[in-house]
Amino acid sequence: MIYFQVLANGLILGGLYACVAVGFSLVWGVLNVINILHGTFVVLGAYIAYFGYVHLGIHPFLSIFIAGGLLYGIGYVIQAGLVNRVVAAPVLITLTLTFGLDLILNNSMIVAFSADYRQVNLANPLPALMLGPVFLPGDRVAAMILAFLLTALLWRVLRDSRIGRAIVAVRMDREAASLMGVDVGRINAVTFGIGALMAGAAGALLSIIYPISPITAPIYLGKAFIVCVIGGLGSVPGAMIGGLALGIVESFGAYWFGPEHALTLSFLLLLVLLFVRPGGILGKKGYE
Amino acid sequence: MKNWLILVAGTAVLALLPLSGDNYLLRLATIAAMYVVLAQSWNFIGGLAGYPSFATAGFFGLGAYTSAILMSMGVPLLISWAAAGLSAVLLSAFIGGAILHLRGHYFAIASLVTVEVLREVVNTTPDLTGGGMGLNLPIMRMSVAEHAMFFYYSMLALACACMACAIVVHKSKLGFGLRCIQQNEDAANILGINTYFYKTAGFAFSAVFAGIAGAIYASWVHYIEPPDVFDILLSVKPLVMVLLGGLGTIFGPVIGAFMLLALEEVVWRNFLTLHAAALGVVIVALVLFMPNGLLSVTREKFGFRAKKGSPEVKP
Repeated sequence: MIYFQVLANGLILGGLYACVAVGFSLVWGVLNVINILHGTFVVLGAYIAYFGYVHLGIHPFLSIFIAGGLLYGIGYVIQAGLVNRVVAAPVLITLTLTFGLDLILNNSMIVAFSADYRQVNLANPLPALMLGPVFLPGDRVAAMILAFLLTALLWRVLRDSRIGRAIVAVRMDREAASLMGVDVGRINAVTFGIGALMAGAAGALLSIIYPISPITAPIYLGKAFIVCVIGGLGSVPGAMIGGLALGIVESFGAYWFGPEHALTLSFLLLLVLLFVRPGGILGKKGYE
Repeated sequence: MKNWLILVAGTAVLALLPLSGDNYLLRLATIAAMYVVLAQSWNFIGGLAGYPSFATAGFFGLGAYTSAILMSMGVPLLISWAAAGLSAVLLSAFIGGAILHLRGHYFAIASLVTVEVLREVVNTTPDLTGGGMGLNLPIMRMSVAEHAMFFYYSMLALACACMACAIVVHKSKLGFGLRCIQQNEDAANILGINTYFYKTAGFAFSAVFAGIAGAIYASWVHYIEPPDVFDILLSVKPLVMVLLGGLGTIFGPVIGAFMLLALEEVVWRNFLTLHAAALGVVIVALVLFMPNGLLSVTREKFGFRAKKGSPEVKP
């Protein structure tokens, strides 16, 4: 029955991975920009939650709004001021630009916060649930549910709001959207902002689970890559399925082969998937 | 012909450097030669074919570990260096077969992930590679000055070989085919260029010299560990150097390598804790203000037209 426990761990992890990846997937899908900054955005969100909790006593779950709002602003400014200038350039250029920006932001964070690991230790953790033989830590389950709600909210926004439709329109055809009166530059900035917002919110949720340090940023970036490749760049549901699949694979991989191989396994999975199905399992055009 | 003259003259001048007797200068020059090798290696696949490869660190690290393991088993120096180059070529053929059909972002990520997988494999096989503890290489019996000079000339010779190879490839059918692939791969395919073979060949060229450079580096520093030789910056710096100097040119990577090294030295000396951020600032400024590299800026400034067939990046 240990398998149910491993599966439950995988699902909890997967829900959070989906939330980490969905913003990355949105930026990649709409702007055709690989945002190397994404992992650092996640860690920045976690730091905001950490300092909010330690100094002001704000529960990390409430910090979702603070971290999300601040990151939205940072993302908007970066896209409007810098990335928009080269957004139509070849892959190499945009990728290199976000890499350079990541070096700056990540290095500044190491100088400001040091590379030491920090941890949010909640004073009043939620009680754990026992579902038959399966042990479910209350806070992690709550974080996973919040991650799902956020992801679902993004999906609704893209489907039903005016700005969401504009984002989808730009994703489908930049020129046509521009002819229909969409301000493409602004939509680019909003999209990048939303990507950063989701990263910040995911970071705030992750702060109660994982130790926080700027040097963990590439790990989150790697996970976001893998989730996108599994789920395909087409859709929010794709990111959800990709996230859950990755969580389950890592969880079982760690159980069978030992936790030190979990990362290698997920990267190998990525290479195999890129080889056989580069469009992703749910890959299709049009972002919803 | 002009290219060969520049290469011979440049090498002759650099070969006289040990006469200065300054070991610090010699060390810097060795690193400069290594950077030239890495940048020119990347240029084969990234500059000519336009495939944004991040696998350089993988070839470098694999070369370093191959030669280190062979040398600790008692294999002579030169044979283990050659084996390192061979192992990098084999790796490039193997992963190239799997990922060269991907384009753009997907290729970039797949090549990046290859490095991560290699590093994790080394980390988790401590019996063979020493794992996270790293690996010590046999110490060579020679004086400090001889040691510095030996590795300087080794690296310089490799850089020369790499440059010579670049000059030949740029003029050859292979270089022409790779440039065609960069401009329009589908059209190149229709016109009868075996794109798969050309890309694999370009990738192999980008692997072999990086692998040998890794091997020389490992023997030079006597100690390697996974985060050192599989450092992702080893994949990024070549790209930055080539962008600095000029994408797809022969001497652009050399200029870029020297510039980046000079910059690194200044930054290391003055802002130790901020060196990554300083590199980031350079990258951002480079991408925003001169995406075609320095050579293109001078060309525009002095009114020379860009050479026919030299690839341009449209910002």
